[in-house]
Amino acid sequence: MDKRSRIGARIAAEFKDGDYVNLGIGLPTEAVNHIPEGVRVTLQSENGILGTGPQPAEGEEHPDMINAGGGFITANPGAVFFDSALSFAIIRGGHVDVTVLGALQVDQHGNLANWMIPGKMVPGMGGAMDLVTGAKKVIVAMEHVDKRGNPKILKECNLPLTAKGKVSLIITDLCVLEVTPAGLVLKELSDGVTVQQVIDATEAELIIPDELK
Amino acid sequence: MFKRITAAEAAAMIKDRSRVAIGGFLAVGAPESLIDAVVAAKTKDLHIIVIASDWEDRGIGKLVANRQVRSAQVSHLGTNREIQAQMNAGEIDIELVPQGTLMERVRAFGAGLGGVLTPTGLGTVVQEGKQIITLDGKDYLLEPAIPSDFALVKAHKADESGNLVYSKTARNSNPIMAKAGRITIVEVDEIVPTGELDPEHIVTPGVFVDYIVVKEV
Repeated sequence: MDKRSRIGARIAAEFKDGDYVNLGIGLPTEAVNHIPEGVRVTLQSENGILGTGPQPAEGEEHPDMINAGGGFITANPGAVFFDSALSFAIIRGGHVDVTVLGALQVDQHGNLANWMIPGKMVPGMGGAMDLVTGAKKVIVAMEHVDKRGNPKILKECNLPLTAKGKVSLIITDLCVLEVTPAGLVLKELSDGVTVQQVIDATEAELIIPDELK
Repeated sequence: MFKRITAAEAAAMIKDRSRVAIGGFLAVGAPESLIDAVVAAKTKDLHIIVIASDWEDRGIGKLVANRQVRSAQVSHLGTNREIQAQMNAGEIDIELVPQGTLMERVRAFGAGLGGVLTPTGLGTVVQEGKQIITLDGKDYLLEPAIPSDFALVKAHKADESGNLVYSKTARNSNPIMAKAGRITIVEVDEIVPTGELDPEHIVTPGVFVDYIVVKEV
């Protein structure tokens, strides 16, 4: 499996049967290809659908059927369309079990920054602030370091925050980290990755359990 | 009861500096005939309220490209380089509002409320300058209602009583905007006889609708 598929499979392993899930654009959507047999997951897209189905075949696209990333979708049997206020009632009201988002930075307090780089890139927060505030479980899925090789997992985020203290799990190409009141705990290493490699690629303090030492 | 008009007649009602709430999400469900008519009318210095700034050549992107927008309350600009360029040049004032908060603020205006309390944005720049209210030990931001002079909405069908139904994910912000315009103008694909839409399935009651334009593009 390539890097993206491995991350996708690891995200999908977090889903429980019956979960309502919202996936951010990019890497998080990889998870849909790896949902384990017997686990039924209902996907929400914040523009106003619960029960998002697979991408339509070429030529079968409906102009009124998109997900929040603008990609064409289908609707599974049992799907529902609703307006954006209701969509965010689902999100903010704590009815989404898991949301998975990318990050520019995440820190050891569970703070997330993923919506702007002052002076460079201001795409806006879209629905991310509501999702991270309201979902029962917030997972960050991303490459462990940025394109220049700089750490993205920090002691303190220095970019504008999306939400404070809401991230509970970080899944990267190198490892899985859990955010706990004591700090970031290294839960798993990807195949062939050493503890030292993770430490070198991470600015935040890490708690390394004995079994991984 | 609504009056049926043309897109050009609708655009002529909207004066310079109007506050206009516009439905759609990445231009899906955008009232393109109405937007085209406002582009043709060259109305200036508009304040728009919209989920996202769409694409340069679709949805509200056409108003931005034609330099008719002075300010906007919006949650996402990432798909439209032109609005980012105008923002960076100081030609357009942008208030970025979290999408769920934006919808609730617009909904509040339509529902006669002064604002809403939300935890979204706590501990972020969205909190700056806003009052924090603590209820039952939990903090919330006081987010004021967003008023609009006009709502431009796209629905799939209206009946002759002005009741509206939408199409799939083109519904998005449209029912919220429809309730929040001092004057609500709806673009529809078709008008069907009253009685044809099942009352159980109607999404927006005609009481919110002032004018209807049948899609022209």
